[in-house]
Amino acid sequence: MSGASTPGVVREAAGGPLGTEPSGRTARAASGTRAAYPLYVAGKLGGAAVSLFAVLVTSFFLFRILPGDPVKAMTHGTPTTAEQLATLRRQFGLDLPVWQQFTDYCAKALTGDLGMSYQFHAPVGELIAEKLPATLLLTGVAVLIYSTLGLWLGTRSAWRNGSLGDRLNTGVALTLWSVPAFWLGLLLIIFFAVGIGPIPGMFPTGGMSSGDSTGFGQVLDVAHHMVLPVITLVAVGYAQTLLVMRSSLLDEMGGDYLTTARAKGLRDDLVRRRHAVPNALLPTVTMVFINLGHVAAGSILVETVFSWPGLGGLFYQALSVPDLPLVQGLFVVFAGAMILMNLLADLLYPLLDPRVGR
Amino acid sequence: MTLEKTPPTPPTPPTPPTASAAAAAPSAAPPPQSAAALARARRRASAVRFWRRYRTHRGGLFGLAGLSLIALMALFAPLLVGSDVQSVTAAPGTALEAPSARFPLGTDQFGRSLLSLLVWGSRVSLTVGLLAAGLSVAIGTLVGIVAGHYGGWFATVIMRVTDWFLVMPTLVLAIVLATVMSRSIWTVILAIGVTSWPTTARLVRAQTIAVESRPYIERARALGGGHRHVMTRHVLPNVMPLVLAQTTLGISAAILTEATLAFLGLGDPIIVSWGGMLQDAREAGAVSSGHWWYLAPPGIAIAFVALAFTLCGRAVESVLNPKLGVSR
Amino acid sequence: MSALLEIRDLRVTYGFGPSAVPAVRGLDLTLESGSKLGIAGESGCGKSTLALALLRLLPPTATLSGQILLDGEDVLAMKWGRLRAVRWAGASIVFQGAMHSLNAVHRVGDQIAEPVLLHGHATPAAARRRAAGLLEQVGLSAARVDAYPHELSGGQRQRVMIAMALACGPRLIVADEPTTALDVMIQAQILRLIEQLVADQDISLLMISHDLAVLADTCDRLAVMYAGRVVEEGPARAVYDAALHPYGRALSAAFPRIGDPASRRAPRGLPGDPPDPSALPSGCTFHPRCPVALDLCAEQDQALRDAAPGRRAACVRIDAPVPAEPLS
Repeated sequence: MSGASTPGVVREAAGGPLGTEPSGRTARAASGTRAAYPLYVAGKLGGAAVSLFAVLVTSFFLFRILPGDPVKAMTHGTPTTAEQLATLRRQFGLDLPVWQQFTDYCAKALTGDLGMSYQFHAPVGELIAEKLPATLLLTGVAVLIYSTLGLWLGTRSAWRNGSLGDRLNTGVALTLWSVPAFWLGLLLIIFFAVGIGPIPGMFPTGGMSSGDSTGFGQVLDVAHHMVLPVITLVAVGYAQTLLVMRSSLLDEMGGDYLTTARAKGLRDDLVRRRHAVPNALLPTVTMVFINLGHVAAGSILVETVFSWPGLGGLFYQALSVPDLPLVQGLFVVFAGAMILMNLLADLLYPLLDPRVGR
Repeated sequence: MTLEKTPPTPPTPPTPPTASAAAAAPSAAPPPQSAAALARARRRASAVRFWRRYRTHRGGLFGLAGLSLIALMALFAPLLVGSDVQSVTAAPGTALEAPSARFPLGTDQFGRSLLSLLVWGSRVSLTVGLLAAGLSVAIGTLVGIVAGHYGGWFATVIMRVTDWFLVMPTLVLAIVLATVMSRSIWTVILAIGVTSWPTTARLVRAQTIAVESRPYIERARALGGGHRHVMTRHVLPNVMPLVLAQTTLGISAAILTEATLAFLGLGDPIIVSWGGMLQDAREAGAVSSGHWWYLAPPGIAIAFVALAFTLCGRAVESVLNPKLGVSR
Repeated sequence: MSALLEIRDLRVTYGFGPSAVPAVRGLDLTLESGSKLGIAGESGCGKSTLALALLRLLPPTATLSGQILLDGEDVLAMKWGRLRAVRWAGASIVFQGAMHSLNAVHRVGDQIAEPVLLHGHATPAAARRRAAGLLEQVGLSAARVDAYPHELSGGQRQRVMIAMALACGPRLIVADEPTTALDVMIQAQILRLIEQLVADQDISLLMISHDLAVLADTCDRLAVMYAGRVVEEGPARAVYDAALHPYGRALSAAFPRIGDPASRRAPRGLPGDPPDPSALPSGCTFHPRCPVALDLCAEQDQALRDAAPGRRAACVRIDAPVPAEPLS
């Protein structure tokens, strides 16, 4: 559909005594502007590609330009002979000119080849692919729960702005937000997995499954293992959703269109549910997506504490060596997740908010 | 904590050198007061106004009280617990004692008093928090003002870089930086500072553009004020309140990141910090043997300080922008 | 003809206790069924407060007293359920600034259909047909039901607001500055549209504006408000051409008359600002700006009194018997 429909203002002024709109300009004006969406998508995709390239540049140079020799950093602490160093250099292609190393690196990265892990003697890509599902499961469930919880509590808080409930709500959220996630995880393990005094250890101390069950039993087993890590991620994470939802709803609550809705005779709860909340949700949805991107990286600590066999745990293992190709590869994956989620938020937003991007 | 203390470049010098003050405000009629005195009085009045509104925020007052407590504790730590708390050889107790009258929080695996270590650890947390947030906000403010002031392709490029930094997983970047560099408290400060500035840069840029659209900036330009003059004398004082709020909020984030890095073993292994204490506790098997008294206090301390800074930051923010609807 | 709307001694105060600010201070008005009443006044005189008060749409900080009889029933005494039933079905409002008064993320058709569904117990399909029909009545294409507010021009949005006001066949439409922020061509179209629809469907109109000329053109009767009270009331043309109250005269002189050279030379406009509702002048609130004030005006409040057949004004210079019931 062409975007050539006449702008409304011009035609209207030329109308009859009542400015009757000439027929012929029908719904085209409304849908014609939507033709801009593919362009918008293309722009956002281009931006994401540039960001991804920048991530590759960073991950490449971060380990080469910063003080110290990458090979020395790789062997961190281990005594190595000059000969071994030279072998390592050749093995990692470090004897080539920097630009050639870089183009090699990018070309390989784009085909999914992120190098060989120093520690596991396996391709980094394979290691990541193997651990990815566990992280997606854990963080997916956690984000789903804490976004829902945050939206619900944030809405309630804003409706009763300044009440005791609101203050309690934000107070608890802010306190939990200030708590280090790994510490909360450790305490939960002590109290509910190891067991203290009268409290029996109800949950496993770590891992993803006990490995001896199949079928539905295995699902239950994994769920059982997920309880404590999910609680940790939710407790520390829901505050942000709550605060954003609360402040954006408070912003909307001054809107004139809500007076219109009340004037129409709508009940207060309908005014909120049908008019205020959907408008306030828009900025919050963006944030939920950005959280999704963050949470993969944010689960490093929680996965480590609960020995969850995911990317975060892998990252921790890679750090302790340090296994630079693996660290580098995970860095690209974590940053890529952020870029992907930002891209999704950008692409989704215009579909939710008719004012943007069409 | 008032607005007045923080600006590194106040709009007028605190001591009134009359010549430069007159140069700064070339007014025709001799004013009854010197321009500097006038500016000082005005700033004092605005600080008083700020405090009056700040103190209506109960959360902000809680935060401020908590901060004062911790700050005093950190300052007088050598007097309170003695400066040899970190010594492993001169430890007063035996390993992993449960809380008792002598060691109210018990002892660590070297027999050191956990309470003393906790008090000592506040120094690292506050130092790293303040310096890292200061570094981050300084970078952010510089980038924001420059991008907002000059505009054009230059600003576009800078903001593009900022946007890109904004989508980076900050914690991962900080971890990677701390991994590649040598283990020291300065590495941690640097790693946090250079990864967390983009938010400030965006806010400051927006504010700079808003300030520069006001008529008095045009007047300052017409009177021959150069870029430097406009940026330091007009824009900076106006973005300062925003920067202050950002710093306060940034400190709590920096303290949490510091604890995380230390817990991952990326901090300075010699210096006692709260995050490091948690790492020690975990390595000493506090989790599996149920030594919750070893684990709980450092985490509570981290959360307490982070919460105190967050509360202060939110109160400052809402004083500056009452529309935010921060509950009191 | 009977009175459709009768306002008796309406008072609206914002806030409580010593900081309370009066916005409307004892207002009496009558609107006959099928007639058009214009309310004129500067910003801050309480005219928009009046519009919102008619359907009790003011924020909870506002306190109302007096009576608003809509078809003999007191709006201020209604239960919530009854009030919601009267809203839009009994009286509807065309708000100023249709950009913000329409929900930006709902299609205009849905917004028009919403009250139809609510009050008319119609099926969704019927409500949609009704919305399309209403859009055609206000001169827009029926296909616009699927448009979002931002896809329409300012004039088109105001037409949507009018269509929405007609949705439930109300007996009274309140138009609160319906043409502000529109350019002159569109303003005239919108006014003609309102006039014609009101005439066709036998709806009464209460139109609020700062533009005396517009009101004189559209309405049968005219009331001039100053500082929360009516200071003059009478047939529209008569008030516009020869106001009795000095404020009414000043207001009508502020709009030049085409083809009347005298109006160009006559002093126009009014010195001073509208009074601050939290610190109203003593006596007649208009006296500080009044060109013909007497000494007595600073002390003695002036009640609205009969000045001529069908005309009332609140000025000491009107030689007519004071009504038996003095106004505060």
